[in-house]
Amino acid sequence: MAQIFHPSFNTLSKASVVAAVLLLGSVGLATLHANRTSIVTDVEVPKIQPVPFSHDHHVGGLGIDCRYCHASVEEAASAGLPSTKTCMSCHSQIWTNAEMLEPVRASYRDDTSIEWIRVHDLPEFVYFNHSIHVAKGIGCESCHGRVDQMPLMWKKETLNMEWCLACHRAPEKFLRPRSKVFEMGWDPQKALGKSQAELGAELKAEYQVQSLTNCSICHR
Amino acid sequence: MIEEQPTSTLSAARDGGALPELAGKSGPEFWRSLEELSGTERFQDFLRREYPDQAEKLLSEPERRTVLKLMGASLGLAGLAACTKQPEERILPYAKNPESTTPGVPLYFATAMPWARGSIGLLVENHQGRPTKIEGNPDHPASKGATDAFAQAAVLELYDPDRSTAITKRGRTQTYDEFLTELRAELNVQGARQGAGLAIVLPTIVSPTLARQIRELRAAYPQARIVQWDAIHRDEARAGALAAFGKDVVPARAYDKARVVLALDDDFLGGGPEAVRAARDFAPTRRARKGRTDLSRLYVVESAPSVTGTMADHRLPLRAADVEDCARRLAQRLGLDVKTGEATSAKVDRWVDAVAKDLQANAGASIVTTGDWQPAAVHHLVAAINDKLGNVGKTVRYMPPVDCLPQERGQIEALRELAADMQAGKVEALVLLGVNPAYDAPADLDFAAALSKVPFKAHSGLHLDETGIVCEWHVPAAHFLESWGDARAADGTVTIVQPLILPLRGGKSAIELVNAMLGKGGESAYEAVRATWQAEKPEAFEANWRRWLHDGVVPGTAAATVATTLKAVRSEPRPAAAGIEVLFRPDPTIWDGRFANNGWLQELPKPATKITWDNTVQLAPALAARLGLATGDVVEVAVGGRSVRGPVWVSPGQADSSVTLHVGYGRKRAGHVGSAAGFDAFALRTSGAAWMVAGASIHKTGETFAIASTQEHVDYDIVQTEVKKRQILRVRTVDRFAADPHSLDVEDRHHHLGETDFYKKAVQREIATMGRPVGEHQWGMVIDLNACTACGACVTACQAENNIAVVGKDQVLRGREMHWIRIDRYFDGPVDNPRLLNQPVPCMHCENAPCEVVCPVGATQHSPEGLNEMAYNRCVGTRYCSNNCPYKVRRFNFMLYSDYVTETLKLQRNPDVTVRSRGVMEKCTYCVQRINHTRITAKREGRKIREGEIVTACQQACPTEAIVFGDVADQKSAVSRLREEPHEYGLIEEYNTKPRTTYLAKIRNPNPDLAGLESA
Repeated sequence: MAQIFHPSFNTLSKASVVAAVLLLGSVGLATLHANRTSIVTDVEVPKIQPVPFSHDHHVGGLGIDCRYCHASVEEAASAGLPSTKTCMSCHSQIWTNAEMLEPVRASYRDDTSIEWIRVHDLPEFVYFNHSIHVAKGIGCESCHGRVDQMPLMWKKETLNMEWCLACHRAPEKFLRPRSKVFEMGWDPQKALGKSQAELGAELKAEYQVQSLTNCSICHR
Repeated sequence: MIEEQPTSTLSAARDGGALPELAGKSGPEFWRSLEELSGTERFQDFLRREYPDQAEKLLSEPERRTVLKLMGASLGLAGLAACTKQPEERILPYAKNPESTTPGVPLYFATAMPWARGSIGLLVENHQGRPTKIEGNPDHPASKGATDAFAQAAVLELYDPDRSTAITKRGRTQTYDEFLTELRAELNVQGARQGAGLAIVLPTIVSPTLARQIRELRAAYPQARIVQWDAIHRDEARAGALAAFGKDVVPARAYDKARVVLALDDDFLGGGPEAVRAARDFAPTRRARKGRTDLSRLYVVESAPSVTGTMADHRLPLRAADVEDCARRLAQRLGLDVKTGEATSAKVDRWVDAVAKDLQANAGASIVTTGDWQPAAVHHLVAAINDKLGNVGKTVRYMPPVDCLPQERGQIEALRELAADMQAGKVEALVLLGVNPAYDAPADLDFAAALSKVPFKAHSGLHLDETGIVCEWHVPAAHFLESWGDARAADGTVTIVQPLILPLRGGKSAIELVNAMLGKGGESAYEAVRATWQAEKPEAFEANWRRWLHDGVVPGTAAATVATTLKAVRSEPRPAAAGIEVLFRPDPTIWDGRFANNGWLQELPKPATKITWDNTVQLAPALAARLGLATGDVVEVAVGGRSVRGPVWVSPGQADSSVTLHVGYGRKRAGHVGSAAGFDAFALRTSGAAWMVAGASIHKTGETFAIASTQEHVDYDIVQTEVKKRQILRVRTVDRFAADPHSLDVEDRHHHLGETDFYKKAVQREIATMGRPVGEHQWGMVIDLNACTACGACVTACQAENNIAVVGKDQVLRGREMHWIRIDRYFDGPVDNPRLLNQPVPCMHCENAPCEVVCPVGATQHSPEGLNEMAYNRCVGTRYCSNNCPYKVRRFNFMLYSDYVTETLKLQRNPDVTVRSRGVMEKCTYCVQRINHTRITAKREGRKIREGEIVTACQQACPTEAIVFGDVADQKSAVSRLREEPHEYGLIEEYNTKPRTTYLAKIRNPNPDLAGLESA
């Protein structure tokens, strides 16, 4: 009986095995990489909100403190989004007829919530607590970036577990004095003439910052 | 007649042929079921499997290709699952922020759970308007910070998706105004006739406001019939008090001051919320510690094993009908002039002699009690005995009953009269507020038929139940967590009931409805309650009102002691009732059926039998042997021309010829959870024999029924005999403990390790050598076996706190219940009267945890603070950990048990705990969310975690404070001090698991005079 396959198929089949491994491998690597890009993580992707609220204007321009709106950041797990009443404390006086603010007025009038799109979204099985991070000297900026320069809000970090752990394993890289937590663009070198490494080590001791990395710290 | 117990149940069993395996087994070691005692093949097979019957049989043998295809598909799908992007979420902040709410920070409000025999004060955790968890109110006299399983499960009752949702007239939705219009029209007709055709049926009134309104209603309709009805009533106790004192009083007992307690068929530690305080008071007298061995002694006479029975030092199984004779003999022995029956039993006589001697030796420091189901004569006898012993004024005082509206007659009598009037057509308008007599009224009244004779019927209830469906009008009732009200505790203390949430189903409370009947529909329940108390306590009302709401108690409302003069016991002994007696008892977990649709309570194993989801025909092994019955046989129980069919449960320790039927099951319209579970024992209960009836016959039907009991679901090892020798449960008598507290160590522990300090005194060092980081605190738990009553409050509390799913009867039968803490029940001794022992088993948080090393994905890890933690999202469901866990405390989500669909159930969930999905292992976390919360608070405040600051859910609920949690690295902590006790031990610590949860051995206080009697 004649051979079905030509002898060159031997080489072809070997090559195809190698090619398959390479292909699968590269698909795998590409997937891993893609998982870390903003396609999946939405890093630096501004979200369209029902009201085009600008942190750039309110924080950078007007210099309103983070805590004026995110009032529970020092006492609760959630930093909290302001109630419409908080918006209206100013906007009942200024820009009272701006069309852009109609959803805010409508919310206040009808007692219905403004439906904001969540920018920083942790999975449900992660229990993050703002208050303790703030109390231990982690600046807002460390996770949220230069909010004062964001017209619409976006995510600066991936919020992946590896990103959390990078800080939990070496918190000294990010610590700053408690009084500077809510400041944007704070630089230890400029302000105190110390490197972050120096300051971080000092603050770690002073604030008794622990490196907690076991599962139940965040998962429960 | 008191029958002599058959001297050898085993020979009877052999003769009967029902349990031939029991022949020759004396049961010297602890055992949990008759199957285990006999060591049947089925039981051995059951044990060998980690989860019985977990491996579903495939329909046909799989082919190689099928397996490969399935594997390929799962791999592909698993990859796909990882590629999903998180869906976009929205944030809805308040438009106007309510006062003092911070999202994520719960608020606690004081309220109370109304209950016929005394309400219990509660603190309810509220997450942004959602009540999620109930705790006891430490300032409330009936709670002292603890709760029972009913109170724990009340929050699930609130969110029950089967609650009725609309006001209906003959099934058609109507508005409240339409209802009020018709009601007013009806009342106008009745008003002209002084209310002669009007009747209102409602549960025992414990609300002063409701009582005030009913009085007003009576003034407007003088001839109206007001009937208070609870299927579990205290008619006999009331009649007994009337016979003894000429007035209705209830004994308030100070168990904390008693040295000797005798319970004559009284489940005072386990029967409803009023048992919480009793258990709280009783437990300290049972705490054996080094150098503190003056324990109180508890004697229990009962027909079926109960919570109280498990705590007894001496337990005498006796037919309920024979308890009266026992009481008479005791009274006679104590020198009272009472008549006794002619029949004698040497055993009972000897028992009574010894108890009488002990009671006399502790005169003034003893308590004799009897249950609501014993006849009036026994209540009178008990009052006389307490009086004779000089207990009155010391350990027993008399108080007015909790009822806010005095009842002139017994509840059964009142209901019987009402039913007769209804049959005679004398009742034209009937209003039923939160009662279900069509289901739970005595069978001979035929209440359902009587209802059909009434032209206008309005029913209000949480569910459109058996009564609601036959009424013209149904109005959804507001749950107590949704309504304003007030409620008295057993000692009279009033709590203002405040709502935690607006009515979910637009329900109306009884106060609102009665207000509407009074023509004051514009007045809200809030205003009505305030009006009551403004009249009651006018001085500084506004300030006080806020204080009462905050504290959860209205000070100065406790009832004063009532002066009593005892009348002599003149009643004649009742003639001996022959044959088999049938007893009707409230179900330990669903009570009179009102909790039938509550999944947590249905799945909570009943304390003595560990049965879930069913009631049974519970009878003694000897009787089962005589009748040729075995557990699971469906029988027909017939008495007085009525009969019910139910499955047999052979119950060791049950009195011979005594059959216990728990009421509350067999509901037809309970809801998705409770309908069709069990059989309706009310069908056998008549107004003349509410608690016991003699002369029953039992016929085997030939059918069998699977009963889902959890009692043998777990075993510590397949090498049973060896483990038994090591004694999972350690029990000593107090005399031996006093003489040589360390006798436990010498005999039982560490003998093969050659090391006596083991690990507990050097926790830090031990962990350090294990190569792990060492946290600041080391969490541990000690459970006092001497205090645990097996009431089940901890199990339900854990379920509420940790979002634990209900799995259903079918899954429980497969051993797949999800409870993170279980209470094992063991028997010790002969089958006719074994001692009962309880052992709560949560995760041991082993320092050397066998589960951790076998997890292929590192989903279970050890924390530096000693927690054995689970990362659900890492778990791939291999179940190796559970396989390797010697304690079998890990629970696997074989299916999607958590309800992700039902909206109201979502509201109940604790937002601080992950809801677990299918294919994930879970287990006790020591309430890590509470640990984390406290740790964060302490750190934020720049201080250390205080001793006692972290309380686990089980510990918080426990009425007897049997569970102590804390930092074992802190030598001064309560838990460390308990770990130093000589009788502290770890469960099968010979495996070198180094459990962080340890136990204090059971220390019994037997009466030497009774030595050898029970095992005879």
